Amino acid sequence: MNAPAGHSLLLDRGHLKRRKRVSAIVSAASTVAALLAVAVLLIVVGSVLIKGVGALSIHFLTTPTALFGESGGGISNAIVGTGIMVGLAALMAIPVGLLVAIYTTEFASPRTAHPIRFVLDVLNGVPTIITGIFVYGLLVAGNHQSGFAASIALAIIMLPIVARTAQEVLSLVPATLKEAAHALGIAPWRATVRVTLPTAAGGLLTGALLAVARVAGETAPLILLSSIFAPGVLTEPGQALASIPIFIFQASESPSPEAHTQAWAAALILIAFVLALNIVARAFYARSRKRIGA
Amino acid sequence: MDTRHPIESPTVTEQNPEPQADPGTNLGHSRPMVSVGGESAAKQAKRSREVGNVELQGLNAYYGSNHAVRDVSLAFDSAKVTAIIGPSGCGKSTMVRCINRMHEEIAGARSEGQVLLDGLDLYDPRIDIVAVRRSVGMVFQKPNPFPTMSVIDNVTAGLRLTGASRGELEDRGREALVGAGLWDEVKDRLKAPGVGLSGGQQQRLCIARALAVDPEVLLMDEPCSALDPVATLRIEELIAELKQRVTIVIVTHNMQQAARVADTTVFMLDGELVEVGPTDKLFTNPDDDRTEQYVTGKFG
Repeated sequence: MNAPAGHSLLLDRGHLKRRKRVSAIVSAASTVAALLAVAVLLIVVGSVLIKGVGALSIHFLTTPTALFGESGGGISNAIVGTGIMVGLAALMAIPVGLLVAIYTTEFASPRTAHPIRFVLDVLNGVPTIITGIFVYGLLVAGNHQSGFAASIALAIIMLPIVARTAQEVLSLVPATLKEAAHALGIAPWRATVRVTLPTAAGGLLTGALLAVARVAGETAPLILLSSIFAPGVLTEPGQALASIPIFIFQASESPSPEAHTQAWAAALILIAFVLALNIVARAFYARSRKRIGA
Repeated sequence: MDTRHPIESPTVTEQNPEPQADPGTNLGHSRPMVSVGGESAAKQAKRSREVGNVELQGLNAYYGSNHAVRDVSLAFDSAKVTAIIGPSGCGKSTMVRCINRMHEEIAGARSEGQVLLDGLDLYDPRIDIVAVRRSVGMVFQKPNPFPTMSVIDNVTAGLRLTGASRGELEDRGREALVGAGLWDEVKDRLKAPGVGLSGGQQQRLCIARALAVDPEVLLMDEPCSALDPVATLRIEELIAELKQRVTIVIVTHNMQQAARVADTTVFMLDGELVEVGPTDKLFTNPDDDRTEQYVTGKFG
């Protein structure tokens, strides 16, 4: 080589070459991993779509499940049951979750807020079958299954999701806004209600929607708490209610091929609902971030 | 006239025995700490400037073990603009935030000494902190209008808890916008979002928001540091107009700005008050060597 000695560092050789190679390998591996994740979703959604779309009809959506031994039938009772149980769970978990988040971000000292955050993370990690058994022991054992018991279990599952996402969003609200409110003589709780919450509204809604989407497909606690129900569309949460996940579970266990297709169709409905909620939630979150200026 | 007055203030009532120039208002000698009732703009303008005198006595402020303001005693006269200058971290902002008790909002922060507003100690345990914030308004470094509120709602945000009627709110909001020199620019977009205004307009909106609750003192913590020169000039003109109405204390990094707007200038260094004097004198013939070095650009 006859490059000037002073420029030797700029030449592409030795460990520099090795670094380039490592960089290429790492970026290729991470690209493949990202493609894999997308592929998994596409395969799941695609196969559910292909196998379930055949059984999908207005009749399927508006008819209750067929009695044992009969053919036909649909999932209207399961849709109504899921709606009631998830709705009740949301009514319980969202207000409490928001208040927990408001307490930890706006009022609690860091020494109190940190343990609460940790507890919420642990609660979020509790396997849902355990939540189900807990509620079973509390309300169902010695009594009977009910949609209400199921919604309590779903609410326990929702609570940490709502609270943690709300905490994240509330902590994004600039401190300068709270400062401005305080400097105007606006009391702290009023500043929270009038300034902080409206500013974070979109993000708070996002957290709530994601939590709803998460529990809409929750199955384990429902098997314990609301799986033996009377035929027809039931709306009384005091008794066990049908639900889409339980329908999928029971129909796929059935020996009849028709029931299998129905299970796929019900899965398609559930997945479409969850996807739609996620997309709406994203849109709200984007809007909220823009407003906060984050 | 005012039912919200937090405590009776014997000091204030006894302070001024002379009859007022305007017999229609008795505000001069018994003006309460807070006035958010329906006082007209005309009356406000005529209000005797015997109110709004701030006095610091032996003020010390701390962040944990960091002693940020050291034994400062100082008076801010009403109807005057006082600028606080000094290098970063010298305690300017901290001192000013002690006047409206915003300093204690920070975890671990505390202060000692007295802050007197017209003879009344703002740190007296009987004093309502909300009343302090209403008597001593504040404008911050970066314009911070409430992002979910319209222009007019931003201005009336501090008034709304007084239970004033919708119409009254709008009147007071308009007065404040006129006072902040923003009315002509926003009168056709009062319902538009406050954050849609330009930076300089947003800062004047924040000034209007502070003026709407009718404070006696307005603290400005580097109000122009995020603004361009034209917007800065506009704010400086506004300060000159406003000093008839409120006592203004402005913290600034910009010595030219202090020279342009302030009647009195205070120089601080390492938490201590080094020198206070008429602005002209402080910049041209200061008593202290450190002041001279700072204003001539030898450090800071």
